[in-house]
Amino acid sequence: MPFQSNVPSGELSEKWKQYRSSMPLVAPNNKRRLEVIVVGTGLAGGAAAATFGELGYRVKVFTFHDSPRRAHSIAAQGGINAAKNYQNDGDSVYRLFYDTIKGGDYRSREANVHRLAEVSVNIIDQAVAQGVPFARDYGGLLANRSFGGVQVSRTFYARGQTGQQLLLGAYQSLSRQISLGNVELFNRHEMVDLVMEDGKARGIIARNLLTGETERHAAHAVVLGTGGYGNVFYLSTNAMNSNGSAAWRAVKQGAYMANPCFTQIHPTCIPVSGEYQSKLTLMSESLRNDGRVWVPKSQEDAAAIREGRKTGLDIAEADRDYYLERRYPAFGNLVPRDVASRAAKTACDEGLGVSATGLAVYLDFDDAFVRYGKSRAHSLNEPNASKDRIRQLGVAVIEEKYGNLFEMYEKITGEDPYVMPMKIYPAVHYTMGGLWVDYNLQTNIPGLFAIGEANFSDHGANRLGASALMQGLADGYFVLPYTIGTFLSQEIRNPMVDPDGPAFMEAEAKAKARIDRIMNIRGTKSAETFHRELGKIMWEYCGMARNAEGLQKGRRMIRELRKEFWESVYVPGQVKEYNPELEKALRVADFLELGELMMLDALDRNESCGGHFREEYQSEDGEALRRDDEYAYVSAWEWDDTDPILHKEELIFENVELKTRSYK
Amino acid sequence: MENMTLKLKIWRQGGKYPKGEFVNYTLDGVNTHMSFLEMLDVLNEKLIQQKEEPIAFEHDCREGICGTCSLVINGYPHGPMQQTTACQLHMRHFRDGETVTIEPWRSRAFPVVKDLVVNRDAFDRIIQAGGYISIDTGQAQDGNAIPIEKDQASHAFDAATCIGCGACVAACPNASAMLFVGAKVSHLAQMPQGKVEKDTRVQRMIAQHDAEGFGRCSNITACEAECPKGISVEHIARLNRQYIGATLGSEKVAN
Repeated sequence: MPFQSNVPSGELSEKWKQYRSSMPLVAPNNKRRLEVIVVGTGLAGGAAAATFGELGYRVKVFTFHDSPRRAHSIAAQGGINAAKNYQNDGDSVYRLFYDTIKGGDYRSREANVHRLAEVSVNIIDQAVAQGVPFARDYGGLLANRSFGGVQVSRTFYARGQTGQQLLLGAYQSLSRQISLGNVELFNRHEMVDLVMEDGKARGIIARNLLTGETERHAAHAVVLGTGGYGNVFYLSTNAMNSNGSAAWRAVKQGAYMANPCFTQIHPTCIPVSGEYQSKLTLMSESLRNDGRVWVPKSQEDAAAIREGRKTGLDIAEADRDYYLERRYPAFGNLVPRDVASRAAKTACDEGLGVSATGLAVYLDFDDAFVRYGKSRAHSLNEPNASKDRIRQLGVAVIEEKYGNLFEMYEKITGEDPYVMPMKIYPAVHYTMGGLWVDYNLQTNIPGLFAIGEANFSDHGANRLGASALMQGLADGYFVLPYTIGTFLSQEIRNPMVDPDGPAFMEAEAKAKARIDRIMNIRGTKSAETFHRELGKIMWEYCGMARNAEGLQKGRRMIRELRKEFWESVYVPGQVKEYNPELEKALRVADFLELGELMMLDALDRNESCGGHFREEYQSEDGEALRRDDEYAYVSAWEWDDTDPILHKEELIFENVELKTRSYK
Repeated sequence: MENMTLKLKIWRQGGKYPKGEFVNYTLDGVNTHMSFLEMLDVLNEKLIQQKEEPIAFEHDCREGICGTCSLVINGYPHGPMQQTTACQLHMRHFRDGETVTIEPWRSRAFPVVKDLVVNRDAFDRIIQAGGYISIDTGQAQDGNAIPIEKDQASHAFDAATCIGCGACVAACPNASAMLFVGAKVSHLAQMPQGKVEKDTRVQRMIAQHDAEGFGRCSNITACEAECPKGISVEHIARLNRQYIGATLGSEKVAN
């Protein structure tokens, strides 16, 4: 199978421009005859499907949700980056490119990242034109804020609901194409396999989730915008139904899975409260703009808080350790996510955690209340405002900025964050790894494309905040609609693909057999039970810190669990009906293979970089130790039941110098 | 009290046509820190262990933003807490020994799929009828080309925050979806970019709303009270003004 990055030649800043002007095009009369299947309707899939429709392709779009608007992009809170430099603070396309490469700890492809930074500005324009109500300043122009890992303000936002507003923009564009008849929507349909014909991706087998019937859908190309696989950990900030199955089905057909061990653990999530916990909730990283992270300096104080004898308010200023500000003075509370998460883990490992479980640190807004309060008092001409008045004014400012997040915190924990400092702890949030793609976002299977979180391409070993929305929309609106032409222009002589052909019939029979097999085990344990067990293994051995011994053990445990799953899972109900338990079981079956590959990848990578921290490879003061001489490559895995095969794409850096990431 | 016992009265229905009924369950060990949906997870796990059919209910993000969850709890869409989706409702708001009734959204336009799951495709079709701005990718001018007053953008946002859950329909005695339609019409009408198509948009969306079998609005405002995002009925008022303006004051007739 081909395995080339296909990065065009030329100057980094000119590559995309030149490539766009010279790539093969598909004439409008031919577009009408070419069919494209898009799986997933989040920012990437929704934007791509809408744009293909506008261009004139015949599009079929699939989502397992009841509506395209429910994709998990909707839950992104903080914002979207763009190199607009509206704030005149020194931002540029190059700086966004550089920050992203550096933030990703030099494990992403230069040309892809530069292209992302280039098109970032178009995304904001497009979203504004769609009516997205971004935050604005008093002059009526777009407002910005800063995010972790960077020193400029380039993040555009819509209160704490940026993902929702951008997704609704894409959804509305998609709805327009549906109403025009250019796009056909298949909601409540889940892809259960990829169909290959003559070595090319030619369609999918989908299960209609209302009736349980399988369906064959053919096209000239298949696009997966199916999101990440963070739910392999069971507890994550992903939505309950987010899964890796579409991508994994492609891997089972020969697609390579790239950097599967690169997982982002987000530092600011609401801590776990009990065994029944079903998911974790993120508190936007934007809170770190104004909140200060701390733990008590002494273990005695921490123990007193854990046992309920003291609260955070009882700890005097001098007895608090603002450890991010202490360890990383240059970036302070705004260090990148991987650094902030590990620092929280270190503090809790030292016995300084502040919740009953010992796994929480404080995120404190007290300083911000006073700072904003004073400023508001000044503009209200109240020079003698009392302490209480200042705090009251400050609380109002914070409420304006983050009101919905504070409310959400209170609903979940029952504690008022305007009074008590928030408690937070890191949780699985995003997967940088994904299907391997070339510069055209095509996988190693011709005709199969992957976009958004489903591919591996732009974030290296760590994603910067507010970059997921950027990448999803960049891929969907401004990259794939061009690059898919490189493949489809070769397909204009191919007639419609026949969904009743032998390849489709065989794929459907296989998919049905797999469903029947899982259904007929009729064992004793629910799919949920297996999922929880898998999650515990992943978090223990492939979580925030990993080591060779643990990874080997974890791999063995997953294999055992997988064996047990196929012997004793119990799926209630029938195949041919609405059956959420069956959907869950099929997804867990895939996670049980993917999890093993993640362990294997983490074991192969004998270095620490970004979200991947191997305990054997750290500096004396506990910082990550990257090994560029041996590991500056993308690991692209070919699945095999006994021994997956590793292919390496060497990363070539011509425009940035590889440095040790320092946020000190 | 950390652990409670609840009596649950849950609507069970095999599909769109079979007759449904309430079934009673008793659930012990309900922790006050659990979310409402986690409580249902625990019940379902118990049912599966007993080889009984688990209760079908829809959910996804469990953060109150995707709009998937759709339970009427003790007679209130999304339960008794104001501006809270069912997934964000926590068990600390219930008492030990309490009887909790759980039903699906009830509306002719939202047929039951199974148990507590309903089909809300009608909402998608209303948006498809005109809930968008007709602009192709790549045509946009610079994002700062048109300044929009901060307050105006903020008012538009108040409408745009709709999560499309359908609680407004479930709350309305007429099963009207006017708050849902009003929120989208009002969001787009308040943005300069959305003004161009305002007349056709409002007419088409209302026509689709009526065709789907939703009822008429008679200003009961239960929708606002039950909306998990607190969307105000003033957006229905704006919708009405737009509709009257479009049907009487404009020659444009939607088709």
